[in-house]
Amino acid sequence: MSLDASAPKPAWAEAVLAAVLAAIDPVGLGGICVRAQAGPVRDRWLAMLRRLLPDGTPLRRIPLHVADDRLLGGLDLAATLQAGRPIAQRGLLAEADGGFVLLTMAERVSAGTAARIGAVVDWHEVATARDGVVMTDATRVGVIALDEGIEDDERPPAVLLERLAMRIELGTLGLSDTDAAPYSAGDVAAARARLAGVASDDGVVEALCATSAALGVHSLRAVLLALRAALASAALAGRTRIAREDAAIAGRLVLAPRATQLPAAPESADAEPPPPPPEPPPQDSDTPPDGTPEQPQEPIEQLPDVVLEATQAAIPAGLLALLKAGSAPRSRTSGRVGAINSSTLRGRPAGVRPGRPRGGVRLNVIETLRAAAPWQRLRRGVTESSGGVARRIQVRSEDFRISRYKQRSETTTIFVVDASGSSALHRLAEAKAAVELLLADCYVRRDRVAVIAFRGRGAQVLLPPTRSLVRAKRGLAGLPGGGGTPLAAAIDAAVELAEGVLRRGGTPTIVLLTDGRANIARDGTPGRPQAQMEATAAARRARLTRVAALVVDTSPRPQPLAAGIALEMDARYLPLPHADGASLSKAAKLVGGSR
Amino acid sequence: MRQVFPFSAIAGQEEMKLALLAAAVDPAIGGVLVFGDRGTGKSTAVRALAALLPKMKVVAGCRYGCDPDNAGAWCAECRARPATEATRSRLAQVPVVDMPLGATEDRVVGALDLERALSQGVKAFEPGLLAQANRGFLYIDEVNLLEDHLVDLLIDVAASGENVVEREGLSVRHPARFVLIGSGNPEEGELRPQLLDRFGLSVEVRTPKDLPTRIEVVRRRDEFERDPAAFNEKWNRKDSTVRRRVLGARDRVADIAVPDEILEKSAALCMRLGTDGLRGELTLMRAARAIAALEGADTVTLAHLRQIAPPALRHRLRRDPLDAAESGVRVERALGELFGS
Repeated sequence: MSLDASAPKPAWAEAVLAAVLAAIDPVGLGGICVRAQAGPVRDRWLAMLRRLLPDGTPLRRIPLHVADDRLLGGLDLAATLQAGRPIAQRGLLAEADGGFVLLTMAERVSAGTAARIGAVVDWHEVATARDGVVMTDATRVGVIALDEGIEDDERPPAVLLERLAMRIELGTLGLSDTDAAPYSAGDVAAARARLAGVASDDGVVEALCATSAALGVHSLRAVLLALRAALASAALAGRTRIAREDAAIAGRLVLAPRATQLPAAPESADAEPPPPPPEPPPQDSDTPPDGTPEQPQEPIEQLPDVVLEATQAAIPAGLLALLKAGSAPRSRTSGRVGAINSSTLRGRPAGVRPGRPRGGVRLNVIETLRAAAPWQRLRRGVTESSGGVARRIQVRSEDFRISRYKQRSETTTIFVVDASGSSALHRLAEAKAAVELLLADCYVRRDRVAVIAFRGRGAQVLLPPTRSLVRAKRGLAGLPGGGGTPLAAAIDAAVELAEGVLRRGGTPTIVLLTDGRANIARDGTPGRPQAQMEATAAARRARLTRVAALVVDTSPRPQPLAAGIALEMDARYLPLPHADGASLSKAAKLVGGSR
Repeated sequence: MRQVFPFSAIAGQEEMKLALLAAAVDPAIGGVLVFGDRGTGKSTAVRALAALLPKMKVVAGCRYGCDPDNAGAWCAECRARPATEATRSRLAQVPVVDMPLGATEDRVVGALDLERALSQGVKAFEPGLLAQANRGFLYIDEVNLLEDHLVDLLIDVAASGENVVEREGLSVRHPARFVLIGSGNPEEGELRPQLLDRFGLSVEVRTPKDLPTRIEVVRRRDEFERDPAAFNEKWNRKDSTVRRRVLGARDRVADIAVPDEILEKSAALCMRLGTDGLRGELTLMRAARAIAALEGADTVTLAHLRQIAPPALRHRLRRDPLDAAESGVRVERALGELFGS
């Protein structure tokens, strides 16, 4: 095994390499997702990228809340009014043709905007159909997504991330870790000229396919991007064929960050394939890695092995830990995109009506012009006949049109399910059934749901906010019962989740299913009095967040304990024995709509 | 013109290709929804279909692309034309209109022609994307990210086949019969049930898991990106074979017989699955006929029915969001129970 290919490179060198490859083939590679806080290291990296690009290459910054007319293009109002006929204006993406767009705070960008940028990356053109303008501009751009997320769930939308070949992290680097890039703009220009002449290689394609399969990278787009990266790397090195180093680099930069599983290890038994719920490990993947390590005499290692090893070695530490724990990171992206999406859902246009733009109401200029347009000839005639100088466009106050928006924040129902022994004995199954009923109801209302379960020593978020009911159901079905009742921890977890939803502009509702018999304190120690006290305190804190809540008492006979919790939380109280499906869902609906 | 990846060069994804071809044979099937993983060539297939479709006759000078041979579906302008003029026709590519995300309502339904209004002070209607899509396809990528009010609008027009514009003092109606094709990724969010029901066929696409197919997909795509023109040239013959199949099937589809036995079986299947309404059964029949026509058969057989039942029915199952089994699996299960495996 060649050492240089598989040993993980220091992060900065890797970031430099990614920048060079992207500079060589911005369109083929789609771009880079740079995860780092704004700061000198990131600035230095960006400056380096700029130096690598030929002079005059456009680099456009796309602000977070860019409007579609600036992103994609639309009607140029000033020019339109000047000329008296519609004049189209190109958007940021089209203006960056031949260069890069920088997407700042990419982790907060809406899924819609991300999809628009993704479509441009895919089809190399901007298609606009808005404001009476229809145009198509060839647009060949690379995207640099500046991901400033800190938490694991703060990521750019998957629809965009999928299309960017490389992901680099600069977060752990200090300025002293950086150095000048060993490449120049001349190197990049020369590599660009050579790129078309580099032959792709069936062996490399096979190796990349095998590696992606072994690591559970399902999207074929990833493999294609890896192939492009290998080609760019070969062009950089001045080769006309892809060498194994190139393939290894492609695996490291493109495939490693996308891994969702570890390959079945041939010799060490401890790293057994994790039991990921969605997909069985692909059959074909086992063969190539198994094949060679048994033959020590083999002088030249098989290409798939080299690539796989290099890729595996480059899997980011955090991701590796997750994979080893057997939790497929698939769930890390799914369901989250929509959550970010909802933060920009501050209101959808709900038509236009005549009115004055004041008090924060926005004038809809296009509609105003439309309203004024048919009268222009008449008004001009009137002005001229009365001796005035006719302006080109005459807009009067009765033409004013204002946009109306409908505020609609998404509801997220957080189910907190007591799976402790006391509950399980009685009616965990019934509680599950009740949750399922409520889930079905949420489905109808297009709400998001999240599920927190608590038993034993603490509470666990079984399901982060999602719309996927099948996942909710799966999480619930696998929920075991038994153990103590850490009620305080559960309420804390629910409040934390609810606050997250609030931050994203959604409306959370908490549905707590418990018998209220808390017996585990926050620190995990048993003891009923302490646990009860803490639960009450947690409930009082929950009340302060003013999140609507419903407490469903799952004990066989309604008990003062759960009712007390409900009182402290300012929640509606519903004893399950009296709750059939209809009244339960009605109660949940009432709670959801009450605030 | 932009080079499009050839339809016949798409490796695997047979169900998706079949559904798209069926919709091309018989537009009355009512659209195709392609949902699935990323990087499976959803958009590629739809755009490839555009390049594949044979040309159609349209009334010369008609803004809505009316069919000269079908006077019943003419727009008001064609009906107002003198008879001699209306029959003048030209050949045009079947429109496959891309609905860009972020398209505004005025561009979709049509609006006041700003240019003429500003320069001449004339109140004229400027047709939108729905007019362009008449007799063709309307393609919405990432359909689940479409804004709600546009979805409502599309549902309405797709159901009535007519676009009614009442805005800015305009009062216009024009034919807008199109096949809705939507694609998307379910992880971005689910589709509203009403819109789901509008789609005749629903296809789930998965990334191919076997190595040879994956390698083949990457290899072809790489070859295409290196030299699109040469690649298209290479696949041209296969594409024209498919085109001839579609053309032939269109001619024959009206004459395909559906035996009573098949009708009974499809009714039994729909009852077993508890699909809502008759739309499922109708679509199933239509699609089975289209498949039979594509295969050059004279009558619909059980094999055709089985082939098309999953895409025709999987999105119409009585909504049980909590049934862990995927709906496609449920259809297969019912097929196995009813007709043996």
